[in-house]
Amino acid sequence: MKLIDHTKVVGHMNQRLVKNQVYKVIFFIATMFGLLILGILLYRILTQGAHYLNLDFLQNLPSRRPERAGIKTALIGTIWLVGVTAPLSLLLGVGTALYLEEYAKKNRFTDFIQVNISNLAGVPSIVFGLLGLTLFVRALGLGTSVLAAGLTMSLLILPVIIVASQEAIRSVPKNLREASFGMGATKWQTIVRVVLPAAIPGILTGGILALSRAIGETAPLVVLGLPLFIAFLPKTVFDTFTVLPMQIYNWTSRPQEEFHALAAAGIIVLLIMLIIMNSIAVLIRNKYQKRY
Amino acid sequence: MNRYKNLVITAIMSGLLVIATACGTGGTENAGKTTGAGEGNKQLSGEIKIDGSSTVYPIMEAVAEEYQMVQPDVRVSVGLSGTGGGFKAFIAGETDMSNASRPIKDEEKAQLEKKGIGYSEIRLAFDGLSVVVNKDNNWVDYLTIDELKKMWIEDGTTKKWSDIRKGWPDEEIKFYSPGTDSGTFDYFDEVILDDQPIVEKATLSEDDNILVQGVKGDKNGIAYFGFAYYLENKENVKIVPIDGGKGPVEPTNKTIESGEYAPLSRPLYTYVKNESVKRAEVYDYAKFLIENASVLAEDVGYVRLPKEEYQKDLETLEGLK
Repeated sequence: MKLIDHTKVVGHMNQRLVKNQVYKVIFFIATMFGLLILGILLYRILTQGAHYLNLDFLQNLPSRRPERAGIKTALIGTIWLVGVTAPLSLLLGVGTALYLEEYAKKNRFTDFIQVNISNLAGVPSIVFGLLGLTLFVRALGLGTSVLAAGLTMSLLILPVIIVASQEAIRSVPKNLREASFGMGATKWQTIVRVVLPAAIPGILTGGILALSRAIGETAPLVVLGLPLFIAFLPKTVFDTFTVLPMQIYNWTSRPQEEFHALAAAGIIVLLIMLIIMNSIAVLIRNKYQKRY
Repeated sequence: MNRYKNLVITAIMSGLLVIATACGTGGTENAGKTTGAGEGNKQLSGEIKIDGSSTVYPIMEAVAEEYQMVQPDVRVSVGLSGTGGGFKAFIAGETDMSNASRPIKDEEKAQLEKKGIGYSEIRLAFDGLSVVVNKDNNWVDYLTIDELKKMWIEDGTTKKWSDIRKGWPDEEIKFYSPGTDSGTFDYFDEVILDDQPIVEKATLSEDDNILVQGVKGDKNGIAYFGFAYYLENKENVKIVPIDGGKGPVEPTNKTIESGEYAPLSRPLYTYVKNESVKRAEVYDYAKFLIENASVLAEDVGYVRLPKEEYQKDLETLEGLK
């Protein structure tokens, strides 16, 4: 007796192939949807803003005359913000992840922390802005400085970094750790020499994606009361500064058409920054990725 | 392990690069400042912090930009946290000047008094709230204040043009209004709405350009926003003359400046901390501001005040020195 009834299989075959095709098309459309929107966005800002994009645009201060306006202070300010936020959030985030994954015992308290970290990731950014305003700007008296904004932004992206780092640390195979312990290594040696190197691609990918979010945020920084027009650059982390997204937002809400084009040029610069940061993430991931 | 070391080195190097870029540019900026210092006759230095209304921001930006060329060593920073947010910082003593698109409220006055902060009001320019409809709207020739009230205040009914005035079409009105956080809304609320709720169906947006787009694409649309947005979109929308009791008046630079376009023209202010004016650079900046406000305000789409107003502002300032 045959186990497979071939006439039945042939009868169903057509239907299965059609079903397969339908799903293929649906998923293809799903993929293209995002790409299409991105394409439209890129086309619009490139046609609108490319005209204003030149060296002067990068070197000039904001101005009421569109042809003289530039993003010098905003661009340098954004770089400063990344410079403060990146080390702060990575140190705190990876530290938290290491504690939770490697040291903390599984109990109610750890679960409580875990749930709260996940919840924090969903808190609207403007709430972090209000927190930063009361805590860093007012209570600690940091004013609208790079440090105050960097701390606020670190808080904002910490949950994402922690969760990404935890995932990365968890995905390091158990046998690597055990081998390390077996060779007589201490816990700390195992973490530094085995776990972290293996987890670093995942940690950095998550970290850079989170940082990309930080440099695109406007709302919390407006709440902090960051100025927009400043004619000087910060020299220390205690100086005040401004950032690119605030300038872009202001330009889009101006009545004059020329400012909308300037905003598009600003968006191009911001996108280039994001692409550079993301490429670094991809490079690092590819370079340090190990297969087990 | 070796790879890990490499990574650390890469990370440190890129960190240094970021700092180097930031510092490098900072250095050149510094050099530019010192060469500028030799040229002026009386070079001032110091820091002036300004925050407040985003409506007033373009004027302050223009003034700060021009002032930077005269006094490059004075570090002026202008924020745009909104009128209310600006006053909060002003009350906390963080700013020297606070821009506002409405007069200071009583509770804000009380808080300033409690903190012992003296302040003076400086009027900078006028903004005429412009009521606009779609280009194809051929029935609205003007609106009275009562008709505006009838339109914009929520009363539970669906508003139709025919309800407002006889002979107008039996079609639903589509409302577009600035968001409730804006000074523009505050002003409209004060003059037209009288603190009563705005029509529920109104589309609210913080970006006035969206209001323009809304009215442009909707035959039954009506919106109000700052005069500058109307000036930029004259081809896209139709302005509605407003009858404030003395016949319909269309907002123009002339009718707004003379006060004929009432009650929908509003003054824009900045509030300066009296104590700060004692500092030479703040006094100098405020003087520069008053002397140039008329030209610079019109440059960015607002309307100048009558000359006497600026004279009065100057006298106030001199009294504080």
